[in-house]
Amino acid sequence: MILVLLIAVPFAGGFVALFTARRSPQFCRWSALASSLAGLGLSLSLWVRHFTGAGGPSAGTAGSRSMVQQVDVGWIPQAGIHFHLGVDGLSLIMLMLTFALVALGVLASWRGIKDRIGLFHLLLLWTAASLAGVFTALDLFLFYFFFEMMLVPLYFLISVWGHEDRRRAAIKFFIYTQAGGLLMLVAILGLYFLHGSTTGIYTFDYLQLLGTALSSRAATWLMLGFFMAFAVKLPALPLHGWLPDAHSQAPTAGSVVLAGLLIKVGAYGMIRFLVPLFPGASFRITDVAMALGVAGIFYGAFMAFSQTDLKRLVAYTSVSHMGFVLLGIFAWNELALQGVVLQVVCHAFSTGGLFMLAGALEERLGTRDLEKMGGLWSHLPRFGGVGMFLAMAALGLPGLGNFVAEFLILLGTYRVNRPAAIVAAVGLVLATVYALWFVQRVFHGPSPAEGTTAGPGPTGAPATTAAPGSAAAPATATASGTAEKPRLTALRRRADLNRREVAMMFVVALVILWLGLYPQTLVRTAKETNDDLLRLAPPPTEEIAPNVSTDLMPLASPVLVPPAGKNRP
Amino acid sequence: MHAVLPFVPFFPMVAFAVLALAGGRMAPRIIAITGVAPTALSALLTLITTGAFLGAPPDGRVLSVSFWTWVHIGGFAPKIAFYLDPLSLVMMLVVTFVGSLILLYSVEFMKGQEGYRRFFAYMNLFIGSMLILVLSSDLLFLLVGWEGVGLSSYLLIGFWYGDPANGAAARKAFIVTRVGDTALLVGLLLIFTQLGSLDIQNTMGSAQAEWARGSGMATAAALLILSGAIGKSAQLPLQTWLPDAMAGPTPVSALIHAATMVTAGVYLVARTHVVFDLAPAAQMVTAIIGAATLLYAGLSALAQTDIKRVLAYSTISQIGYMFLALGVGAWSAAIFHLMAHAFFKALLFLAAGLVIKAMGEEHDIRRMGGLRKDLPIVFWTFLIGAASLAAFPLVTAGFFSKDLVVDLTLSSQRGNLFLWVVAVVGALVTSLYAFRVVFLVFFGDPQSTLPRSTSPQERRGRGFGKASVVPLLVLATLAVAGGWMQLPRQWGGPSAFTDFLQPVLPAPATRVGGFAESAAPQVIVAVISVAAIYLSYLLFARRPAVVAGVAEHPLFQRLSNLALSGWGFDRLYGAVFVTPFLWLTRGGRGDVIDAGVSTIAWLARLLQRLLRRSQSGRLRYYVAAASFGVIAFIAVGILR
Repeated sequence: MILVLLIAVPFAGGFVALFTARRSPQFCRWSALASSLAGLGLSLSLWVRHFTGAGGPSAGTAGSRSMVQQVDVGWIPQAGIHFHLGVDGLSLIMLMLTFALVALGVLASWRGIKDRIGLFHLLLLWTAASLAGVFTALDLFLFYFFFEMMLVPLYFLISVWGHEDRRRAAIKFFIYTQAGGLLMLVAILGLYFLHGSTTGIYTFDYLQLLGTALSSRAATWLMLGFFMAFAVKLPALPLHGWLPDAHSQAPTAGSVVLAGLLIKVGAYGMIRFLVPLFPGASFRITDVAMALGVAGIFYGAFMAFSQTDLKRLVAYTSVSHMGFVLLGIFAWNELALQGVVLQVVCHAFSTGGLFMLAGALEERLGTRDLEKMGGLWSHLPRFGGVGMFLAMAALGLPGLGNFVAEFLILLGTYRVNRPAAIVAAVGLVLATVYALWFVQRVFHGPSPAEGTTAGPGPTGAPATTAAPGSAAAPATATASGTAEKPRLTALRRRADLNRREVAMMFVVALVILWLGLYPQTLVRTAKETNDDLLRLAPPPTEEIAPNVSTDLMPLASPVLVPPAGKNRP
Repeated sequence: MHAVLPFVPFFPMVAFAVLALAGGRMAPRIIAITGVAPTALSALLTLITTGAFLGAPPDGRVLSVSFWTWVHIGGFAPKIAFYLDPLSLVMMLVVTFVGSLILLYSVEFMKGQEGYRRFFAYMNLFIGSMLILVLSSDLLFLLVGWEGVGLSSYLLIGFWYGDPANGAAARKAFIVTRVGDTALLVGLLLIFTQLGSLDIQNTMGSAQAEWARGSGMATAAALLILSGAIGKSAQLPLQTWLPDAMAGPTPVSALIHAATMVTAGVYLVARTHVVFDLAPAAQMVTAIIGAATLLYAGLSALAQTDIKRVLAYSTISQIGYMFLALGVGAWSAAIFHLMAHAFFKALLFLAAGLVIKAMGEEHDIRRMGGLRKDLPIVFWTFLIGAASLAAFPLVTAGFFSKDLVVDLTLSSQRGNLFLWVVAVVGALVTSLYAFRVVFLVFFGDPQSTLPRSTSPQERRGRGFGKASVVPLLVLATLAVAGGWMQLPRQWGGPSAFTDFLQPVLPAPATRVGGFAESAAPQVIVAVISVAAIYLSYLLFARRPAVVAGVAEHPLFQRLSNLALSGWGFDRLYGAVFVTPFLWLTRGGRGDVIDAGVSTIAWLARLLQRLLRRSQSGRLRYYVAAASFGVIAFIAVGILR
C-alpha cells in the first residue's frame, strides 16, 4: 500500500498546490514542500523498516529476491498488463533521492517563481509522482507509461517558466526523449510477443520476462531499442544534444530535477532493465558503450570549459559525469555498480547544488553570463564558499562522495577494461580544469565594484618573471571587461545567500560529505539488489581476481617496464 | 597514546571548520587565537606522544588507531585509520612544530590583511590534511590528505584572488599536481587489483610475497607512485608550478611550498619503499629524476631575481637531493634531509618575508642591498639559514643531512660515481646561489630608493614584533642544532636519527672499501661548499663588476634568460598542452556533435519548405503535376 501512496501523495499534493495557490501562494509553497517531504518520509520509513536492521537474504526467484515490498494488481489482464510495483534497495535509494531533490527544488523556487505558482508546483509534484512510478514499476508497460508521463510536466516546466530560449529547448528535449522512448516501446512490444510466442504467456511483467530465451539477433535489436531510450536520457555521447539546452533554459527547480533525477532514469533503466533482460546482447556492446562513456567524460569536460553561460557549463559537467556512470554500468561488477549508485546520488546533489547556486546568482545578477561575473567572493562570501565546495565535489576531491563513486567505478572498470579505466582517470584532470575555471570566472578575479585597480592583495604583485602565458590574457580581458559590469556594483552584502538558501546548501553539503566519509549507508542498501542483478546477468569476462598470478597480465602502461618474466619466485 | 593520537589532526580540522563557518564577525584577536592555538596544542600532543614513544615503545614500534571501515564492498574495505611508526612520527613532529611556528609568525605578518580569517582557516585545513596524509594507514585515506593539502595549497596560492595572475598560479599548481595525482590513482587501481588491499602495511607485505624483484607489476606500481610523488614534490618534469606558487603569502610559501607539502612526495616514496626495492628500474628513474632536478633547479635559482623564486627553485633542488637519496635506497637519509630542509627553508622564507615587507613589497634582490645593518636579526637568521642550505661544514644541520645523502649516493650499492658527481656539483651551485642572495640583499650598498628613504627605526618597526621574531630564532636554532643527532659515520658519532627510523626504513646495503669508504669524498664535498661560498663572495660582493661584464655578453644573457624562465618548460607545456586545449575548446564551443545531430532538424525543415511550396493552391500546377505523374507511370509500365 505504501508503494501506491508514494505515487499518490505527490499526485494529490499537486492538486492541493494548484487549488490553494489562488488564495495564498505561501500556503501553496508550503503544501508542495509538505507533499514532497511526506514522500521522503514514506520512503524513509520503508528504508528504516527494511534496511537498518540486520536483514538476511530473503527468499524468492532471481530478480525478486531483493524486493522488499510489492504490489500486483491486474490492470488490463487481457493483455497481460499489471499494475505491478516493487521496491528494493536500488529503487528505495532512487525514491529518497527523488523526494529530497523535489523538496530542494520547491525551496529553490521559493522566490524565483512568481506567476502561475499553483500550476508550477503541480507540475513539479507530478514529475515526482511519475518518477516514483518509474523507479518502482515492475511491469514494462507500466514503466513505459510513467517513463513517458514524466516528460509532460517537465516539458511545461521548461516551456512556461524557462529562460529566453525556452520553447526551442523544451521541444528539443521532448523530441529527443520521445524518439528514444518510442524505440523502447517497440522493443518492449517485441519482447512481449517473442516471449508470448515461445512460452504461450503474454505478459509485460518484468520478473517473468527476465531470462526470456531469445535468438542473439533478436536480443541485440531489442536491447538496442532499450539502449537508445536510456542513452538519450543518460545522456550518452552523440545523443546528449538536448541536455545543455534543456538544463540551461529550465527554471532552477527544473534544472535540479533534470540533472538530479531525469538523467538518472537512464542509469536506473540500464541497471534494472537493459542488462538483466538482455545480458548477452548488452555485454556484446560493452566495448562500444565504454568507449562512449570515456568519450563523454572528455567531451563533456571540454565543452564545460568552453561555455560562457553558467548553467550550460554545469550542464556539460553532467555529460562528463554521466560518462563515468555508463562506464560503470558496462563494467558490471559489484564495485562498479556500487560506484554507479553512489555517483547517481552524489552527482544529483552536487550538480543540483550547482544549479541552485546558479539560479540564486541569476536572481541577484540578472545574468548567467560568465563574462559578466568575476570577483564575487568579496561581496558574496557564502556563495563563494558553497561554490568552492561544489566545485571540489565536481572535480572529485577525496573525502567527498563523488570521489568515492568515481574511484569505485574506476576500480570496477580496471578489472574489466584496463585502458578504459586509465583514460577515464585522465578525465579527472580535465574535471579539475573546468571546476577551477568555474571558480575563477565567477568568484575570483578583480571584484566588480572596485574595478581593475583594487582587489585584496599587496600593491606590488610579485614579479612573476616566468608567469604562464595564460596569465596575461585574462588580465587584459578583465581590464576591458570591467566596464561592462556596472550592474554588479549594486551588490551589497545582504545579497548573499539568505537563510533558506543556506539551509538548502547545508543539506546538500552534508549529504555529499556524509557519502564521502561513510558511503556504507548507501552501499549496504544497494547491496542486495546488486547481488541479485549480478546473479541475473553474470558478467561475461573472467575478472582479474586479486592475488592471482600476474604472469599473463599485459602491462598497463609505462614504457620503462622491462619485459615481464616469471613474476612469481 | 591511543587516545591522544586522533586529536593531533582533529584540532586543526576543528579550527578550520570554526573559522570557515564563523562568518565575518570575528575579532582579529580571536581569529589569531583560534588559528594558532589548536595547532600548538597538536604540537604539544605530538611531543607527549614522542616522549611516550621513546620512553616505552609500543609493540613493534607501531601505534595504530582505527576509526571505521570507509566502504565495504566484497574484498574492498579501505579503512579510516591512523598508523604511527617512527617515520610518521618524524613527519608529524615536523608538521606540527614548523606549522605552529609559521602560524605564530603569520599572526603578525598577515595582520590587517583582508581575509585574515580565511587565511587561518586555510592554513589549518592544510595542517589537518597534512597530518592525515602522514598518519593514514591506508593508501586511499592517504589520498584524502594528499588532495586536501593540494586544495589548501590552491586556496592559499590564490589567496589574493583579486589579481588574475594569482588565480592562474593557483590553478596551475592544482592542475599540474593533479596530473601526478591521477597517475597515483591509477597506481592505486593497479595495487588493489593485484594485491587485494590498499592498507599500506598489508600491501607492502603482499607485494614482497607476490612480486619478484624487477617484475613488471612492481615496476609499474613504483613508477605510478613515483609520478604522484613527482607532481606533489615539484620534480622534473612536473616542477613548473612551484615557482609560480610564490604568488601566495610568504608564510604559505614557508609552510606549504618549502617545509611540508612539497616533501609529501618524499614521504610517500619512503612509505612505499618496499615496492621501490622490488623495482630497481623505477628506483634508478627516481635517482635520475632527483639528480637532474637538483642540477636543473640549482642553475635556475642562480639566475632568479625575485627572492622568493630563488628560494622556490632552491626548494625544488633540495627535494631533488631527497629523491636522489630515495633513488639510491637511502630512505632514512632522505627523511633526515627532509627534516633539516624543513627547518632551514622555513627559516629562509620567513626571513625573506620580513625583508620583503621592510622593503615595501619589493621582491627583486637586485634592488636590495646593505640590509645587514637595518635588519640585524633578519640578517643573522637568514645567514644561518643560508649556511645550512649551503651545508656549511661541521656546524649546520644542512651539512649533516646533505653529507649523509651525498655519502650514500656513492657508497650505497644502488649509487654510483656519476650520481655522486652530480650531487657534488649541485652542492657547489647551492652555495653559490644561497650566498648570492645573502651578498646582494644584506651586503653592499642600498640599491633602491623606494621606501628605503624612511628611517631605519621605522623600517625596523614594521611588522617585527615578538611573534615574527621568535619563530625565526627557534628555526635558526633548529637549522643548526637539528642535525647534531646524526653525525657522519666516518666520525663514529651517534646516529640517533637513522637508528630511530631503522625499523621502518632499513639502511641501504653499502659498498665496502675503495674510494667510497675513505674520508676523501666527504672532505671534497666540504671543501667545495666552503669554496663556493668564497666564490660567491668574490662574484657578488667583492667584484660585482666582473659579473656585470660577463652579463653583457649576449650569449650569457640568452642563457641567463633561459635559466630565469626555468629553461622554457612553461613555454613548452604551453605549446603542447595549453594552446591545443584552448584551441579545441574554443573551436568546439558550439558543440559540434549537437550541431551534427541538429542537421536532422534542418533537413526536416528543408523538406517541409519544399513540400509547402507544392501546396500553392494553383490549379494549373496541380494538373501539370498530375499529368506528369500519369505519364511517368505509363512510361514505367511500358518500358518495364
